[in-house]
Amino acid sequence: MSLVADLGRTELVRRLGGPGLLLRTGPFVSRIQSNLSLVADGIGALYRDYPVDEPGGFADFQVRLLHSTGLRRWWHPQACFDFDGREPFAPLPLAQAWPMFEWVMNWCVSNRAHRYLIVHAAVVERNGCAIVLPAPPGSGKSTLCAALVCRGWRLLSDELTLVRRSDGMVVPLARPVSLKNASIDVIRAFAPDAQLGTPVPGTTKGTIAHLKAPSDSVARFGEAARARHIVFPRYEAGAATTLIPLAKGQLFMRVAENAFNYFVLGPAGFDCLAGLVDDCDGHEFCYSQLDEAIALFDALAGVTP
Amino acid sequence: MTSSAPSLLVEVLAAPGRIRMLDLPGWERLLRQANGANVGAILVYLLEEHGLLGEVPPQPREHLEAARIVALRHRRLAGYEVERIRSDLAHLGLPLILLKGAAYAMAGLPSGRGRLFSDIDILVPKDGLHQVESALMLHGWASAHHDAYDERYYRTWMHELPPMVHLRRGNAIDVHHAILPETAPVRPDPALLRAAARPIPGPPGASGLYTLCPHDMFLHSAVHLFFGGEFDQGLRDLFDLHRLALHFGAEPGFWDGLVARARALELTRPMFYALRYLSRTFGTPVPADVMAAASAFGPPRVLLPVMDALFVRALAPLHPECAARFDRAARFVLYVRGNWLRMPPVLLARHLFHKAFLSPRAAEAV
Repeated sequence: MSLVADLGRTELVRRLGGPGLLLRTGPFVSRIQSNLSLVADGIGALYRDYPVDEPGGFADFQVRLLHSTGLRRWWHPQACFDFDGREPFAPLPLAQAWPMFEWVMNWCVSNRAHRYLIVHAAVVERNGCAIVLPAPPGSGKSTLCAALVCRGWRLLSDELTLVRRSDGMVVPLARPVSLKNASIDVIRAFAPDAQLGTPVPGTTKGTIAHLKAPSDSVARFGEAARARHIVFPRYEAGAATTLIPLAKGQLFMRVAENAFNYFVLGPAGFDCLAGLVDDCDGHEFCYSQLDEAIALFDALAGVTP
Repeated sequence: MTSSAPSLLVEVLAAPGRIRMLDLPGWERLLRQANGANVGAILVYLLEEHGLLGEVPPQPREHLEAARIVALRHRRLAGYEVERIRSDLAHLGLPLILLKGAAYAMAGLPSGRGRLFSDIDILVPKDGLHQVESALMLHGWASAHHDAYDERYYRTWMHELPPMVHLRRGNAIDVHHAILPETAPVRPDPALLRAAARPIPGPPGASGLYTLCPHDMFLHSAVHLFFGGEFDQGLRDLFDLHRLALHFGAEPGFWDGLVARARALELTRPMFYALRYLSRTFGTPVPADVMAAASAFGPPRVLLPVMDALFVRALAPLHPECAARFDRAARFVLYVRGNWLRMPPVLLARHLFHKAFLSPRAAEAV
C-alpha cells in the first residue's frame, strides 16, 4: 500500500484536483478533492505517513474543499466545503483552509460512524493501557495529549475517541493534534523536535497549529486498545499535580455529556458506555507541570521510571 | 431530456436486485445519491425486505447500518411524540388522524420504514381546532409564527394552524383541518376523509389513533407531491407512493376503487400524475384499466410534454451527478405553480407582495 509521501507533490495535486485522493485515517477512507494549495501542503506535510488507496476504490466520506468562485475568487477569497452539492458549513477565509479541512474530517466521522460510540476526547496508549481524556475546550486536553505523544505514548486520537460497540475496544484514529494559542509555544518549548504545521491566526478558536501524529502511531492504525482510565484534565497555572477519583455513576454521566452520538445510539449506546465505564477507573486531574503529569500517566500505565 | 439515463439510485429503488451488479465505486455512488435524496435509511430496509443485505460488501454495509441507527432513533422519538400528542388530546374525545410520515411510521407500513420526517401532521375536525390548539398550548406547544400576517395567512386562508413547536422538546406539529387550503380551487371534503379513516391497531388503551384509508392516503400523498411547490424530497415522496401502491395494491378493491375515490375527492389530476410518474420511474405495476381510466384526467394535451419535462427534472435525486442544466428553472416553475394551485391569482399576488416587501421590513423593525 503506498503512502502519501510516495506519491510526490505532482501526483498528490493531480489526485486532489481530479478523482480524489483516497486517504486512509484509522478505519476510514476519505475521498479528498481540493484545488487549494494550502490543503495539498497540509496533506503533504502532516499526512505524509498515511496510506492511500488506488483511485477508483471505495470512500467512506467525501471531502471537497474548493476555492470560492465569482467575485469571491479575487475579493476576500474563501474556502468552501461542498458536501455533494450541499454546504453544511459557512465558507471560511482562504487562509483558514487547513483548520477547516481538519474540522470537516472530524465532522464526517462524528455524524456518520455510528458503529462506534464516539466520545469527544483525546485517547493515548502505552504499555497496552489506553487513557481517555474527555474535556471541554480550554481545559488543556490537547496540550497534555501532545506532550504525552512527544514522550513515547501512542496517539489514538486527539479529538474523537472511537469505542467499537461490538467489543468495547478503542479503535485508533491518529490524526494531527490541534494546538491552540499559548499551547503552541508550550509544546515547541517542551519538544523542540515536534513537527508542527504553520500556525493559522484569527480562527474562531484563536491561533491554531497542528502537531503531526508520530509515524509509529499512524503505522499502528490497525491495533485497537482497551481503555483502562478516563481522566478529566484541567490545566491551572501554578496548581499541584492532583488526581481525584470519580465514582462510577458520576463517570458515566460525565462521559455521556461528552459523547457525540450517545443519544443517537439509544439502548446500544447505554450498553457500550456502561461497558467502557466498567473497564475504566475515572479521575479528575489537575496539573500545571507537564513533566509531573507525564510521570503520573506513566505510573497509571504501570511504566516504572 | 426524457432520454437522460435514470440515476443509479432510481434503478436500485425500482429493482433492488440491481445491487448485485455493483462494484465498490458503484456502491459509493449509490450511497451518495441516496444521502442526497434523504433515502439512506429507506434503502437499508428495502434491501433487507428483499433478502439482499447479506450481499452488500462490508464497507457500504457499515454505512447502511449507520443510517438504520439514525432511523431507529427517529422512530423512537416520533413514537414518543405521537404518544404525548395522543394523551394531551385524549380528553377531547376527537378522532386523531395521523397524516404522511407519522401515519406510515405508526401504522407500520413499508413506506414508513427508514423514512425520516421533520414534523408530525395531524388532521382534526375544523370545529374542534380551537380546543385542540388550547390543549396543545397547555402542554407546552407554541406557535412558531408571531407575525400578524403569518397568523392571518394560516388562520384565514390555509388548511392548518400555524405550525407549533414544543417549547422543551423542540419537535414540530402541524394541525390540519383539511388537506388543501381554503383558497385552493379543489377542496377535498375533510368529512369524507374522516369518515373513511382507519384505526391503527394497538394495545388496549393506546387506541384513538387513525390513518386515512388506503385510497385517501395514496391520494393525499399524490396531491402533496404534485400540487405542492417543494421538490427537495421529490424522489423520496414519489417512492412513498410506490411503496403505498405496492402494499395496498395487494388489498382487494384498492385499484378498482381508486379512480372513483379520486373523483369524489376532486383529486383526479394528482392521481393522474402519480400513476404516470410511478410507472415511468419505478415501473410500479398499475393495472392497465386503471391507467386508462386515469388518462382522462391529465392536463391539456399540449401541456403534457411540458409537465413531463418539469417533473422528470424535479423528481431526480438531488445530487450533482444527477443534475442537469435546467433543474433550478424546473424547480422554480413548479414552485410558482404550487402556489398558483393554492390561491386565486389576486390573493396570490397580494401574498407574494406581502412576503417580498412587507414581511422583511416588519422583521427589521423588531
